Amino acid sequence: MTLAAGHVDEIRELVRSSTGLLPRGGGSKPALSAPPHDGVVTVDVSGLRGIVAYDPAELTLTARAGTPVAELDAALAEHGQHLPFDPPLARAGATLGGVVAAATSGPGALRSGGVRDFVIGVRIVDGTGRLVSGGGRVVKNAAGFDLPKLMVGSRGRLGVIVEVSLKVFPRPRAAATLEIAAGGLDAAVAAATELSAGPWELDALELHPDGRLLARLAGDPEPMEARLARLVPALPAGATARRLAAGEADARWREAADLAWRPGGTRLVRAACTPAAIAPLWAAVAAAGGDARFGRGGAVAWIAWPDDAPLDPLDAALREHGLAACALTGAPAPDLLGAVRGGAFAQRVRAALDPDRRFLD
Amino acid sequence: MEEERVGAPEGRDRVLADLRALGLGERLLTAPAELAVFSSDALTAFRQRPLAVVLADTAEEVVATVRACHRHGVPFVARGSGTSLSGGSLPLEGGVLIALNRLNRILRIDPRARLAVVQPGVVNLEVSRAAARYGLQYAPDPSSESVCTIGGNVAFNSGGAHCLRHGMTANHVLGMRVVLPDGEVVDLGGESLEPVGPDWTGLFCGSEGLFGIALEVTVRLVPVPEAVHTALAVYDSLEAAGDAVSRIVASGLLPVALEIMDALAIEAAEASVKPGYPPGAAALLIVELEGGRETVAADAARLAALLRDSGAAHVRTTEDPGERALIWKGRKAAFSAVGWLAPDYLVQDGVVPRTRLGEALAEIERLAGAAGLRVANVFHAGDGNLHPLILFDGREPGALERAEALAGDILRLCIRLGGSITGEHGVGVEKRAHLPEMFGPDDMELMGRLRDAVDPARLANRGKMLPVGDGWS
Ligand SMILES: Cc1cc2nc3c(=O)[nH]c(=O)nc-3n(C[C@H](O)[C@H](O)[C@H](O)COP(=O)(O)OP(=O)(O)OC[C@H]3O[C@@H](n4cnc5c(N)ncnc54)[C@H](O)[C@@H]3O)c2cc1C
Repeated sequence: MTLAAGHVDEIRELVRSSTGLLPRGGGSKPALSAPPHDGVVTVDVSGLRGIVAYDPAELTLTARAGTPVAELDAALAEHGQHLPFDPPLARAGATLGGVVAAATSGPGALRSGGVRDFVIGVRIVDGTGRLVSGGGRVVKNAAGFDLPKLMVGSRGRLGVIVEVSLKVFPRPRAAATLEIAAGGLDAAVAAATELSAGPWELDALELHPDGRLLARLAGDPEPMEARLARLVPALPAGATARRLAAGEADARWREAADLAWRPGGTRLVRAACTPAAIAPLWAAVAAAGGDARFGRGGAVAWIAWPDDAPLDPLDAALREHGLAACALTGAPAPDLLGAVRGGAFAQRVRAALDPDRRFLD
Repeated sequence: MEEERVGAPEGRDRVLADLRALGLGERLLTAPAELAVFSSDALTAFRQRPLAVVLADTAEEVVATVRACHRHGVPFVARGSGTSLSGGSLPLEGGVLIALNRLNRILRIDPRARLAVVQPGVVNLEVSRAAARYGLQYAPDPSSESVCTIGGNVAFNSGGAHCLRHGMTANHVLGMRVVLPDGEVVDLGGESLEPVGPDWTGLFCGSEGLFGIALEVTVRLVPVPEAVHTALAVYDSLEAAGDAVSRIVASGLLPVALEIMDALAIEAAEASVKPGYPPGAAALLIVELEGGRETVAADAARLAALLRDSGAAHVRTTEDPGERALIWKGRKAAFSAVGWLAPDYLVQDGVVPRTRLGEALAEIERLAGAAGLRVANVFHAGDGNLHPLILFDGREPGALERAEALAGDILRLCIRLGGSITGEHGVGVEKRAHLPEMFGPDDMELMGRLRDAVDPARLANRGKMLPVGDGWS
């Protein structure tokens, strides 16, 4: 059963009267939003749409959870602003609520921080059917428990996000992209580590398992050539760099944010990652015949895992490195993979938000 | 404070017996003279003597102490360096104070992964000092950085002047090991900047000690910037300095810090640490840019033009670390410096939308005038975080009450303008009555439910953050 909510009160009513609830935004991450079994009640929030408040001088924006992030981007662009973390799957219809619930950040998170760093306030319908607010609309706020951060990655299991407040940034006026061939994955990881520790302030840095890196500089046009002129000779020995023309660069970054490189017949998995875990994770993915990209300088692994391969080897590799992952597309996969943290704290917080177990496990 | 007192006296005897059995020796304090030292934090208007103080040396001792408290229903308070300005580390009468500043080891620095694993009693600045040899630093920089601890920073989600660009403590904590109020130990987060699943770490940050005690904290490190440019601009009115901030924000520049000091704060700074600020200024604006040298040079040129057009009477800029340190010395010492102007002060920490700063400052001036009190202003202008310092003389009958009343009016003003009662100092005991003015009944109800789910016996930092009475504490 699906309820297409046009108003928060409908959601509150539904939460009070049903169990097995699963919120759904734009449906761009079906592994999280499609019913995993019978008897699930889908709460479709895509009708809760629109910007509630946007004051460009304030650099903050509040919008309803079902607002497509592409719509936000267009509104921000009119004022020369943006969400610097390039919310992934925007062109597949990702909504603001879904981006928060799935904790998906794109390439630009490298320089400016990810979705957890930009969410300043939320309104949710909790498991008792109450509409509750956390955080606020100002960029700095230490009052009360940090409900906004808790909702990041909550996957619809702790409540229905109905409104989100964000801080936003000025949109850089210029960008330049380099494709760097490091010569193998290990060399690429080493190069990424070196580049991240240097004075380059890369805006984005994505690693391809074949040893190529896609690096973006962003900022004002004036110093851009000088920044590039210093960066290129400083690249690790053996690496070669090619500057991409604007059109090609845009296409490549769009491919990264849309995760469009993902081959057919695979499901998309987002995994927490660290530089040291890249090689072993890739070994597990390659052995299963999958593909992957390592985003945000290696802090996140986007894995295309073959539909017909069991997830166990990936689960085992993640556990070994103390990392967790979450499938985003393919068959409904409500459970997290790998090393899941939180223990008793997680259970108790969950019991507070959803005492009668209205939401799916 | 009736609600904060502890129930059964037998519980106290039993907890003391259990603590003695831990073999802490001289690190278990119970003599009144020893306890007196710990009876307040930096909000000295509040004082309470604890039942005992445990000077923990190991995480195991912290866990054992928490378990003993839980066994006997005795509340406990964690304490780092006691620099809380909101009464967060104020002990509870009849409760146990767990002092963590001996847990001060940096356990590991991983320069490749750019992270450090530290014990909770490590002093903030020590992390940057230790990371410096790798060209890295820990970004959050409260003005108390040379004293305050990472554990205290985590509990309050502390900020600092450079948080405008870098973010607060929660933006820099990747994971931690914590002991819950019933003694259970859990791991939250990990080593990745991209956690999967609900952000338990983010929820623990800023929970003001109500969810338990952080035993080990994994923080991210960032490269020390290659170039830093600091500008000090002088204005003949506070309003003009505020307008300059709006211009800078609107221009698309992203400084790492945007700080304002008013005449009284400047006077205090000059009287104490003598930073050599230009004389006769009604307001000072400090703007700092950092990054790669090409970017900083280009941004500095844009900034110079903006400051010129903003009507600054005088602008001084520097790239020299020594001169920069002097500029910041006056700013970072501002709180203690007002001690030169008055025997006592209360510092407020409200936030307003940054476009309403001018309005807020004018109203604070009016409220202070009406209350017959002087207020010095030094604040994080870039993110709308005010720090009005209300000056008073505690020996004067009724002065503290008038100062507190003015503080309450200022907080209500911040709420009315769409802001917050605290940007970084936390609610503590000081502002707990104001939390329900900012949040609605259902929001408060959920906060209470969260605390009760994590700590059904309400032992951890009882009486802080959530209002007392009505079954809260
Ligand atoms: C002169 C001065 C300037 C200041 N400037 C700033 C500033 O710029 N920005 C800012 O944000 N703050 C500032 N502060 C406030 C204060 O320094 C911060 O709140 C700091 O984080 C407190 O650290 P602490 O170690 O002193 O903690 P304490 O005061 O000892 O404790 C603070 C709170 O943390 C809890 N706590 C301590 N350790 C732990 C732990 N391991 N686990 C769980 N809870 C714990 C305590 O119970 C208490 O509630 C300033 C204070 C002073 C006196």
